[in-house]
Formats: sequence, C-alpha cells, structure tokens
Amino acid sequence: MNWKLYSLLKSPWVFHLSTGSCNNCDIEILDFLTPRYDAERFGIQLVGSPRHADILLVTGAMNRKAAPLAKKIYNQMAKPCLVIAFGACGCTQGIFEGSYAVAGTVDSEIPVDLYIPGCPPRPEAIIAGIARLISSIKEKKE
Amino acid sequence: MTKIIPVGPYHPLQEEPEFFQLHVDGENVTDIDITIGYNHRGIEKLSEARTFDQSAFLVERVCGICSTSHPFAFVQAVEDIGKIEVPERALYIRSIVGELERIHSHLLWLGLAGHFLGYNTIWMWAWKCRETVIDILELISGNRQNYAMFKVGGVRRDIDDNDIPHYLKLLDEVVPALNLFRGAVTDDPVIRARLVGVGVLSREEAVSYAAVGPTARASGIAIDVRKDEPYAAYDRIEWEIIVTENGDVYDKVILRVLEMLESVKIARQCLENLPGGEIDANVKEIPPGEGIGRHEAPRGEVLHYVLSDGSNMPVRHKIRAPSFQNVPTNKVAAVGETISDAAIVLAAVDPCYCCTERIAVIDTGGDRRAACGDELIRLSQEKTRRIARRMGREIK
Repeated sequence: MNWKLYSLLKSPWVFHLSTGSCNNCDIEILDFLTPRYDAERFGIQLVGSPRHADILLVTGAMNRKAAPLAKKIYNQMAKPCLVIAFGACGCTQGIFEGSYAVAGTVDSEIPVDLYIPGCPPRPEAIIAGIARLISSIKEKKE
Repeated sequence: MTKIIPVGPYHPLQEEPEFFQLHVDGENVTDIDITIGYNHRGIEKLSEARTFDQSAFLVERVCGICSTSHPFAFVQAVEDIGKIEVPERALYIRSIVGELERIHSHLLWLGLAGHFLGYNTIWMWAWKCRETVIDILELISGNRQNYAMFKVGGVRRDIDDNDIPHYLKLLDEVVPALNLFRGAVTDDPVIRARLVGVGVLSREEAVSYAAVGPTARASGIAIDVRKDEPYAAYDRIEWEIIVTENGDVYDKVILRVLEMLESVKIARQCLENLPGGEIDANVKEIPPGEGIGRHEAPRGEVLHYVLSDGSNMPVRHKIRAPSFQNVPTNKVAAVGETISDAAIVLAAVDPCYCCTERIAVIDTGGDRRAACGDELIRLSQEKTRRIARRMGREIK
C-alpha cells in the first residue's frame, strides 16, 4: 500500500470546504473538535490549508460560484487523498435541489469516497464515518 | 504604499462566505471592500415552488445557526396575511426555542472570538457549555440543529409538562458558566487591553449604516424587535434590553454575555408559566394578501415579506437577514485598526469571519504572495501573547 494512504490511517488531517451550505454541517464539524466529542484524541485534526490535508470534507449543495473553487482545492491536495460528501446537501443537494444557483452534486465535480447523510449529521456520525473509511482502506490492504 | 489583502471567501468558521479586501498601509487598515454572494442558494425563488408548510423547512436552512429565527419570522409573516390567532401555549414554546437558540448562538460566537484572540480555553469552555443548551433543544425538538418546531398557526411539537423540571435544571447549569465568562472577560487585563477602544462603531455611524441587533445595541441604540413590536410571549414576561454605550469590541462581548443571562431569564419564565391548551390553530387556507414577519434573531432583526394570491404557495417571499446590514459597518469599524486587530473586529459583528482558504498579499506592483490560510488568526493571537508578556502573564 501507498505510504501516504497508510499514514492516513493513523492521523487523518481534515480540510473543510463549504460550497454553499446552511452552516449547520459546518458548526457540527467544529463541534466534533470540542470537549464532548474531542476528535483530536483520535488524531483527527482540522487544518487550514488543503495542501496539508488528507481528507477533504465537503458540505453544501455545490453553488455555481463554488464549483470551480472546489475543483481547484481538490487539485491542490496531495494525492492520494480522500473526499467525504457531508450532509444531505453534500450527498444529494438536499432541500436545494432544483435551485438555479446550484451547479451539481459534490460527486459530479470531484470523486467522493464516503457519504455522510443527515441534516445535519451528528458529530458522532463524522467520527463513525471516518472510522469506517479507515477500516475499509485496511480491508482493501488485506 | 497601500497594499490590498483579500480575505476569504471560504472559511469553516464563517456563517456566510464573505470576501473582504483589506487595504493596508504598513500595519494599518486604511480601507475595506466587502463582497457577498458566495453562498447564494436561491432560497427566495425555491420558496415560490413550495407550499407554506414546506417553506418553513426551507427557510430553516437559510442559516444553520439562526435555524429558528427564519421560520419564526416566516410563520409570523404568513399569520399576518391570514390574521391567524396562534394558541397561547404555542407562543410560549416559540419564545423558549427562540431564546435557547440565542444562548447557543452567542456561546458559539464567544468561543470563536476567544479563538481569534488566542484564548483557546475560552473556545473549548464556551462550546462545552453550549452542548448543554443543545441538549435541551434536542430534548424539546428531537434534533440538535434545524429544530423544525415552527408551522403556520403554531408549533409542531409540544413540551411535556413532566419534563419541564429537567429543562430548568439544565438551564441552571448554564448560568454558572455564563457568570464565569463574564468574570473572565471583565477581570482579564489582557482581554481589556486587546478589546477596549478597538473597532469602535459610534452611535451616529450605527444609525447611518442601519445596524441592527447586538451591533447596534453595543453602540448605545436600544433597538430590539422583541420590545419594540412584541410578538410571541415576549410581552407576557419580564425582561430588559441590554445596551452598552461605547461600541467597541469589548462592549460587544459584554453585551452578548449579558444577553445570554437575560435569555436564560426569559426561557425560565416561559417554562415556568407555560399555559395549557392547544399548540396548533389548524390553519386550512391562506387568503390573498401580503404580510410581514419580524423576529429578533441572535444577530439582529430578521424580516420576512410574503405575498400570497390565495393558493397554497407564496407568490413572492423576500428575506432580509441581519448580517446584510451589520457586515457593511466593518467599513467604519475596521478602518484605522491594525491587521492583527482586523480578525476580531470583523468577527465582532458576528459573521464569524476570518480566513482559512487563502490570504494573498498583493502590492500595487502586481507582486502576489499567497500566505498560509490562518495568517490573520496567527497575527491576532501573536498580538495577545505580546500584550500578555508585557503584563507578565502566560496565555494558554
């Protein structure tokens, strides 16, 4: 297995990108860093630059203005990297389906590895999602 | 020589992606340009294709943090069209949810403000305390965010009278934490040195920019929809508008902490005096006409205008959110400050602003330097540490 993908399993660093969400997902992502959920004890950390990140966490219904930026940010990330579509809007456009301001879904712009549905998903769901992603990579390795 | 620092538009801490261009001369901000529109989802247009009941869910997703404020204003606008009488119990439940949301929103802001200043302990404490409030909301509504409590003519879920003592107990747990924050902000000389006299918005400027909510109240303007035009249960209980005079960031912090204590008071009174009866007026039809709904959201006045032609969908639905008025006040508040103060000044109006995606420093010669995303927060945190060292203190 690729050494970088292997290092992912130990301490995944996450870059969070909002592409026209209602912020609820974004609050829950911050929430999972704070004392009750404390994701940093698993080595999951939110970083400020896509170049430092292993996982791209995309929220929101892919606004027309955001779609090219999302692609650009994905291209800036060191490969291999993982992409998570977060929340109902990230997975399927959710309630904003059919809006003139929405360009497509997250997976129509960039390849997605994991979907975490919910409006918004609970902080536990993020931890569970990332844990599942890691175990699926491990299974592939074996 | 003037340099331009573009900040934004994307950041996890921002409620709405906004794009600031700071014009700087040396370390001082001389001008600021603000661009919004990065988070446009066409909600007003979508609302025209939804029934009145469905639109309440849609406007909840205008802003996740104000996810009660928008349905609150929207259902009042629709009730204004039909002149619908809402049952007393529903009015009280609306106020309870509205005030709990204010506490959680202000705590969220307080935590982020602490983070910008380099006090990560405040961030963690505030968000830990916020979980208690979210727990009450979850017990009442069934969801941590997006409560879906509001419908035209009432509320969707009742509060069980047997649960009220438990809610009151949880509310009591919040009060000592809030007093702790009040003490932490007023007693700490470093926070005073960072915030007093920084990002001042004078009374006249607040009026000319039509600032609303805490931004206006911190500048000495006693404006609050809950008092000016009482709705829900706000005229049936005792509470006061919190006003501070100086308009600087320090006053905005103190004002929000005091407002949370006032919100606890309101929620407590509503829970204790919750009247019995129905929670829903069972509205069947919305007549043709137009209506306006106003609600004092955590950030200021939210206004919804709804036009109906007698069908089951709005013909026109106009939303005006408070940040739309408050964000331009940065133009006067941030100008004249140093770059290291910019993060907290721009955050003080509570668009939870800062920048992770990128900061590019551009000089007029066209040379462009892309700096790491957290630059602005780093500058701000370094300044706090500098001041703390001068005072012989250690910041954790």
